[in-house]
Amino acid sequence: MLRRLSVNQPEEFSFSKTNLKWAKAQLKKYPKGRQASAVIPLLWKAQEQEGWVSKPAIEFVANFLDMPEIRVLEVATFYFMFHLKPVGSKAHFQVCGTTPCMLRGSESLIDICKARINGKQHAPSADGSMSWEEVECLGGCVNAPVVQIGSDYFEDLDKVSFEKLISDVESNKSPVPGSRVGRFSSEPSNMTKKYSRKKSSSENASIERYRG
Amino acid sequence: MTTKSIKINDTILDFDENLTIIQACELSGIQIPRFCYHERLSIAGNCRMCLVEVVGGPPKPTASCAMQLKDLRSGPNGEPPQVLTNSEMVENARKGVMEFLLINHPLDCPICDQGGECDLQDQAMSFGLGESRYTEEKRTVEDYDLGPLVETHMTRCISCTRCVRFTTEVAGIDQMGQTGRGENSEIVTYLSHTLDSELQGNIIDLCPVGALTSKPYAFTARPWELQKTDTIDVMDGIGSNIRVDSKGNRVMRITPRENHLVNEEWISDKSRFVWDGIRVQRLDTPLKKIEGNLMPTSWEDALSIASKRMENGNTTFVAGDLVNVEALYTASKLSEYLGSAKILGDLDTTFPLNERSVYVGNGKIEDLDNARNIFLLGTNPRKEASVVNARIRKAWINGADVYRLGIQENLTYDVKELGVSLFDLQNFLDKLGSKKSFWTNTMFLVGYSFLNSKLADTALNTIRSYVEKFNSKLLVLHQNASAVGSLDLGFETDVKVKQELIKETKTIYNLGCDTLDVDQGTFVIYQGSHGDKGAGSADLIFPSACYLEEEGIFVNMEGRMQFARKAIQPPGKAKENWKILRALTEKLGYVPNWLDLNGLRNALFDEFQLISKPGEIIEVPWKAVKKQKKLDSKISLPGYVKNYYLSNSICRASKTMGSLARARNSHNLKKAS
Repeated sequence: MLRRLSVNQPEEFSFSKTNLKWAKAQLKKYPKGRQASAVIPLLWKAQEQEGWVSKPAIEFVANFLDMPEIRVLEVATFYFMFHLKPVGSKAHFQVCGTTPCMLRGSESLIDICKARINGKQHAPSADGSMSWEEVECLGGCVNAPVVQIGSDYFEDLDKVSFEKLISDVESNKSPVPGSRVGRFSSEPSNMTKKYSRKKSSSENASIERYRG
Repeated sequence: MTTKSIKINDTILDFDENLTIIQACELSGIQIPRFCYHERLSIAGNCRMCLVEVVGGPPKPTASCAMQLKDLRSGPNGEPPQVLTNSEMVENARKGVMEFLLINHPLDCPICDQGGECDLQDQAMSFGLGESRYTEEKRTVEDYDLGPLVETHMTRCISCTRCVRFTTEVAGIDQMGQTGRGENSEIVTYLSHTLDSELQGNIIDLCPVGALTSKPYAFTARPWELQKTDTIDVMDGIGSNIRVDSKGNRVMRITPRENHLVNEEWISDKSRFVWDGIRVQRLDTPLKKIEGNLMPTSWEDALSIASKRMENGNTTFVAGDLVNVEALYTASKLSEYLGSAKILGDLDTTFPLNERSVYVGNGKIEDLDNARNIFLLGTNPRKEASVVNARIRKAWINGADVYRLGIQENLTYDVKELGVSLFDLQNFLDKLGSKKSFWTNTMFLVGYSFLNSKLADTALNTIRSYVEKFNSKLLVLHQNASAVGSLDLGFETDVKVKQELIKETKTIYNLGCDTLDVDQGTFVIYQGSHGDKGAGSADLIFPSACYLEEEGIFVNMEGRMQFARKAIQPPGKAKENWKILRALTEKLGYVPNWLDLNGLRNALFDEFQLISKPGEIIEVPWKAVKKQKKLDSKISLPGYVKNYYLSNSICRASKTMGSLARARNSHNLKKAS
């Protein structure tokens, strides 16, 4: 995939107060003069903040780490994890299309994305709130098919639960990450009760760690 | 240095264990094909063309450019490790790599400027499969604008990244890079900026394919129809070794020759692209001024007018910036005969320069490689000697500290500022005192701005006292090709003396100096190649050959004498510089005992031992320094005012240099706003 900077770019970029504090702390991890090593974490933080990596963000990071802009651009264009074009304002669906997910029905999830979001990947929906892309293995094969939004995994999806997930996002509800068939983790689906730590909890293992 | 025995094919040889396999093979005379590896750049190891077989190593071919000898294991009984460069495995690997490289390379050799001197073409012939099995579509890549010098055909790029490494490491600009990955990787400049470097032309030579080619040379000639002449560049004081390629009587392009002592294998853009200035604005017939207009005349007439003027005495000879030593020698003999003065037009100093150990120093360009501390005193080497600047940068990368006094411009490396005046220098010297370990590994580079400042005499002697005491190195960065030659022959530079001479003299014999201001009443004879400012104010013009049109000697800033060779014929009635002066001597009744160039050179070498050995620097006795006064001048050193791309008459005639100067101006304006 040819990766270029977006034609439409915001005027400027700067880290939020918390992120700036975090970024300054990152610099201390590296010996003096080697701060360029922090380029990936910083770009990632910029993407977390804005949803995508813009030209001002690249220049901000370059300036912050005292490295040439072209070197940051090289990194940003190398890794597909960095979005160089704006993504949906509410959610960017990353649908896993690798073999296990595909066998468990990810192709129909992609069809739903095409119908409800946009016929093309990386292109926003009509109102700009959502976008989607097909990604390589997300490493959640046991809970296939998997869709990732930000750092949350939505697992064991089927057409119905995925349609609901999109609707929830659309109507500004925040969907709870995790399995859609009631699994706590990756236990066999007919033994979910045995492995659940809290019967009443609707959360799963990854969420607990995420919050913990 | 630890040596290690390596068996290359069937021969066991000892090498420094820090060498890579490709270097060891090179030393033992075995050629390994390569694209990305270049001995003056960092190792990338991404083209995979240099694969060799390491016996007993991993069961796959090894990239010889990226494997050090010390990492090779000995055999089970302690036999030296064996490297095979022609085994079946290696041959198959090369064929495979070649096939992969050619998958996306267009087959447009017939319309490619690199055709005939292309590494990819040559190596495909020597090591490739000979046929293509590829029927799918090839990728295409967008071209981008690198400015008026380098043309891009990025579809041809094989992603060796030599250009990226050169611009980043040697030229010191951070504009080029490789974005994307895999099939979609592209060599780009950040936001398609044009390159801001005086050395960018070198990426044309470095590019092993036709992705980066020369814009001014585009589609004008084929390498096999060019006549090649090895000669010397005169655009600055370095005396870079160049090769001039000409077709018929036209210079088609200029490329560098390798000379580790002088220019390594780089040349500046000015040296490389000035050739279009050689064809235009030429003086091709003698001219004399009649009623304010310059009219063509014959040589006979022109010479007799000149001799009549000069017979009356009071002639001053002025040397320009591009004159060879033969012409200077003839002129200086003539001035001796006439009892007249000779001055150097393009160098003003506040004190007389008459000892080589003063106006050159004891340093050489190659000394920069070993210097730990480099002092730039009133010089901007990036503009005055771009190739030397790359060498200072190399020393800086290897850990040298660079200190600077005066002109504060971006030099592509970090400098420690000493200040702007000689007083600041004195302060620094006093503070540091005589720390032996510091000064022994120090090299001073002194520029024209320093020599031109008030109290420069004392300042230079202060520096020389350190050089004398601690055996540091001193090198004066002369900006002009003819500077050291003229100084060796005794041309005057002291600005006071010069002004007086010019004011008093009735006739000026100007050898291509375009910076001279003369009074109205003075009769000016201009001998030069280009119709520039100097010719404009002349009363009589002798058209002469330029540096590519005659055999000549140039002495570079280190005092290294080098021969320039004749590549093409001078245009029209223009003659070799020394011949014009020799003809004039006869008219004036002075007959030197030589008639031809050899005779002239023999006489010159007999008289001036300093410039008698080609390619060498002759050691000169060091002129001892007397105790000096403290430097108390707080006046800033004069700045660098010359326009880099338009610094001499040939540059000013060149269209390419003009567009570069324009591009640089608009770039600077953009930066300032």
